[in-house]
Amino acid sequence: MKSIKIIAVAVVATIVTGGMMLTGCNGSGSGTGAKSDSTENTILGAGATFPYPLYSKMFAEYNKANGLKVNYQSIGSGGGIQQLTSKTVDFGASDATLNGKQDSALSAPVVHIPATSGAVVITYNLPDFKDTLNFTPEIVARIFLGEIKKWNDPKIAAVNKGVKLPATDIQVAHRSDGSGTTNIFTTYLSKVSPEWESKVGKGSAVNWPVGLGGKGNEGVAGSVKQTPGGIGYVELAFASQNNMAYGKLQNKAGNFILPSIASVTAAANIEIPADGKVSLTNTDATDGYPISGLSWVLIYKEQKYNDRSLDKATKMLKLIQWMIHDGQQYSGALNYAPLSAKAVSVGDAILKTVTYDGKPILQ
Amino acid sequence: METSIDNNLITRSENILERVITSAKIRDAVKGIKRIKRSHRQIRAENVFRKTIVIVALLMVVLVLGIMLTLVLQSILSIKTTGLAYLWGKTWDPVQDIFGAYPFLLGTLLTSFLALFISIPFSFAVAIFLGEYYPKGWLPNLLKNTVELIAAVPSVIYGFWGLAVLVPIVRSLETKINVAPIGLGIFTSSLILAVMIIPYAASLGQSMIKMVPANLKEAAYSLGATRWEVIRSVILPYTKSGLFAGVLLSLGRALGETMAVTMVIGNTSLIPKSIFAPGNTMASVIANEFTEADHPVYLSALIELGLVLFLVTVVINMIGKRLTKKFTN
Repeated sequence: MKSIKIIAVAVVATIVTGGMMLTGCNGSGSGTGAKSDSTENTILGAGATFPYPLYSKMFAEYNKANGLKVNYQSIGSGGGIQQLTSKTVDFGASDATLNGKQDSALSAPVVHIPATSGAVVITYNLPDFKDTLNFTPEIVARIFLGEIKKWNDPKIAAVNKGVKLPATDIQVAHRSDGSGTTNIFTTYLSKVSPEWESKVGKGSAVNWPVGLGGKGNEGVAGSVKQTPGGIGYVELAFASQNNMAYGKLQNKAGNFILPSIASVTAAANIEIPADGKVSLTNTDATDGYPISGLSWVLIYKEQKYNDRSLDKATKMLKLIQWMIHDGQQYSGALNYAPLSAKAVSVGDAILKTVTYDGKPILQ
Repeated sequence: METSIDNNLITRSENILERVITSAKIRDAVKGIKRIKRSHRQIRAENVFRKTIVIVALLMVVLVLGIMLTLVLQSILSIKTTGLAYLWGKTWDPVQDIFGAYPFLLGTLLTSFLALFISIPFSFAVAIFLGEYYPKGWLPNLLKNTVELIAAVPSVIYGFWGLAVLVPIVRSLETKINVAPIGLGIFTSSLILAVMIIPYAASLGQSMIKMVPANLKEAAYSLGATRWEVIRSVILPYTKSGLFAGVLLSLGRALGETMAVTMVIGNTSLIPKSIFAPGNTMASVIANEFTEADHPVYLSALIELGLVLFLVTVVINMIGKRLTKKFTN
């Protein structure tokens, strides 16, 4: 009899534990929990890792001036969007605009506010080679497709007249982890090369035809640095902090552009649609670097949900408004490109459309 | 169950005399209510204790079943989309939602077994040295602690060491034997894994070797056997199931290792053509792609990868258990 009882207890326990695990995996959890003064004065955010150094600097400065605490977890764009969908954070941050599937998972509309911009550079390792290499979109696509195999390929030589290219094999390095950097890079390649679009496509992780995967910017950088003849793509901020060699890239207007803070800001100097959702890759701007991208802060358009107070919603909007204006002064020192004037004005307009119980929060 | 019966037998046989004495004592004490109360309480405490340990032990089973159930439920979407072809599909393309786990399954098995192959001579040598030749003294102690330390070092440190030291060495080796000098790949990961798993087989093996009855060894020596002959014909046959269990433990560790492997394996979804080619393992694909898996089928396919890894571990463990039994008989 006793053993039957024990088995019954075990069965119940199985069901309960299993159930808990399932709900745990489905994501939501009860979230912020009971309200107190401290939760009222803390904003939770989660998302992209790329702008994390800049955001944490901004939030620290804002905290000094206004006493508002911001807790930002850099768990990746995809994770940030998931947490925003399950409403466990106040804002999300992403290097890519929401895709259709993510959009349909949301219970209410979300707005994209451009908060900073960055670029992806093509870095290479050619020992005894001091010049800056020129790349065309076609060369980059063919290298990453595995079609150009040697550094002294005639196609590379054609745009690098007067320099002596070595006969070294090209060794491609790419990101092994899913990332916004890969997303910007593959979006660019899909735009400039139909072959790339049909064979590989764009996404935060793709099926690479050639090359080695490294984890994070540092993984790719390590792989390129260690391999003579290596080529890879990393964020501009990372490349300039680590004194890595990177090439000029021909943009849509035909100019060879060296990636820099100025040329990335210039890339955003185009007509930005009213919803802020624009890809800067292959920009029309004549002096803009073509593999640039905005990074967005995502918030719900209607801020009255889950018992949020008007006070908290207002504090958050003021924070974001400060980020796209005064906060931009911290960009340069950290190698981020400040938002272009057009991006800021679009961001302002979007913030004014955010409502609480149907009424605009900011006047 | 077996052990509890054994214990009963032991207590019974030992304490017949004592029981007679105590029962006499109890008869004397029946008058005192205090005494009866205490024995009631003791019985209740016994029962509570027994129930507690049974529940705690069952909780372990529940936990494993719960993990398995979660993995199965979360991967249903991917199983429906891809079906069994998931196991032998050669393409992993998150953009077009084509998911085939074959390259990663192959990578996991290749790195783990190669690592096992490399590590066995070292772990057995350490086990025999510490168990038979020098069981006591400062040098064996130092060696023992060092080997145990190998297991305590966090795997990310092995990853860094591999990247900074091992990769250039393997690269220069590859240049000498005329394969593409990449440095990263299956071979490098196996080397790292081999170092990481040595302590498991070594420490279990040495305690097994120490447990070989002295009279067996002495009998062999008295018949004129040399040390090598004693090791070969007495110690190894006597301890083979224990040594094998240690090897199995190492293999389990190698199959699931993530961080160090991710850093040196090269992370490509292409099928490795040789042991020097880059590849990928199931554990490192999950670690790499989980955070940014941005659509439901993709996420589900990654969870199914976890399920496959779980099943591979279970199957290998079951085969191992069977082989251990076979060795013992």
